[in-house]
Amino acid sequence: MSGHTDMVLVDENGMRIDGRTAEQHRPIKIEAGVLHNADGSAYVEIGKNKVLAAVYGPRECHPRHLQNPEKAIVQVKYNMEAYSVSDRKRPGTDRRSIEISKITAEALEKVVLTELYPRASIDVYIEILQANAGTRCAGLTAASVALADAGIPMRDIVPAIAAGKADGKVLLDLNKEEDNYGQADVPIAIVPSTDEIVLLQMDGNMTRAELDHAIELAVNACHEVHDLQVDALKRRYSKDREASE
Amino acid sequence: MSNEMMSEIKRDHILRLLEKGTRQDGRGVKDFRNIEVETGLIESADGSARVRLGNTTVIAGIKIIPGTPFGDTPNLGVLTTGMELIPMAHPTFESGPPGEDAIELARVVDRGIRESGMVDVEALCITPGEEVWMCYIDIYAIDHDGNLFDAANLAAVCALKSAIIPCEQYGKGENKHLPVTCTPISVTEAKVGNTLIVDPDYDEEQISTARLTVTTDDDGNFRAMQKGGCGSITLDELSQCLDRAVEIGAEIRKIIG
Repeated sequence: MSGHTDMVLVDENGMRIDGRTAEQHRPIKIEAGVLHNADGSAYVEIGKNKVLAAVYGPRECHPRHLQNPEKAIVQVKYNMEAYSVSDRKRPGTDRRSIEISKITAEALEKVVLTELYPRASIDVYIEILQANAGTRCAGLTAASVALADAGIPMRDIVPAIAAGKADGKVLLDLNKEEDNYGQADVPIAIVPSTDEIVLLQMDGNMTRAELDHAIELAVNACHEVHDLQVDALKRRYSKDREASE
Repeated sequence: MSNEMMSEIKRDHILRLLEKGTRQDGRGVKDFRNIEVETGLIESADGSARVRLGNTTVIAGIKIIPGTPFGDTPNLGVLTTGMELIPMAHPTFESGPPGEDAIELARVVDRGIRESGMVDVEALCITPGEEVWMCYIDIYAIDHDGNLFDAANLAAVCALKSAIIPCEQYGKGENKHLPVTCTPISVTEAKVGNTLIVDPDYDEEQISTARLTVTTDDDGNFRAMQKGGCGSITLDELSQCLDRAVEIGAEIRKIIG
């Protein structure tokens, strides 16, 4: 959001450097049930982002003082692997990953029926294997599928995607260059059945009209992501049924 | 913030009042508490401010020291924001390294200041690639009665506006004012029941399901946002928050000058 470049991010025909229009997201691939040990898991690619999510639980809550006698808590650990970015990332939690983990957990808690599992913990692990702008959205998208794959009762499956601004134009799903040299980034996650917002952040510089447009683009795209999430789960369980027959 | 039990009587009282459009301290849903700002109270800091927002008190201090720039931004000064929720401020705060609440607070304040370009980091370059001014913003919650987001933002912004670069101390010419270009103001709303209320106090925060902080610049453009809490907000509610952030932001900008 702060860098400067002579690179043309959006050309005179409105095309972006990866050949997309302003309103197109990057190619998305979602797969459910990709890990053996986890109770639920998912793999998501959004453009060059490669993300794994795993769910353990509901299980006993540690540390115990975090237990809630009325409902389960959702704990998220978002982690970038050392080789996921161009400079090596120092392993371990940093302030950014703590913030992303917190807002991701809050977004998921809205849809998980936590009241069914008092005192328990539902643990979600998000690993960023390769990062190319938009990892928190890819991570949340994967986490929702992993929760469903784990058979955890939910009101809905949460999709997430960002909109932003680069070269002065409102764009859906910024790539690395657009994120680095652009003017704004607005990640959003919604509950698709109601369009309620469960995750929203923004940084950069936008007028009200630009912001309204960005939110509209992202909310519409969230519905597309949601269709792909549902599709991934259907594929996962039709496969299981075929195998058992 | 924390999970203290609240009595149902109090909860129902707050909800009943909101149905009538009013709050425990008599405010309407859109009213900010009284804002008091005192700058320059810490002489050992290069800039400081104490902000009182009702019964919430926050102190921010600025330290500006020469240091090495980051490799990818050799001509830019460095801005760092930290926040601590010290045990003095509330019975539920514990000592130790900053937890996720403190980190989120610091990062949301940082985002508003950084993305608005409030501090002219280009003017903080001493020798390109070698030496720049590092501007550290450290914020402490002293007394917590809700809405630490806006209190911390105000304290940081006021402290920065009062800050002096201590050039003389490091043999780099005469002291000068920290170059500041605008006044980013955050406005936080909490969703209690189905009502969005501006500048929630501690009790209101305890029973709120979602929170939205929106930071605007002098032109009323949007520079940072953060939704928090396990609840959701609708698109209409978001729109209302954006309107109010611009309107109330402008009023606060007048108050702090």
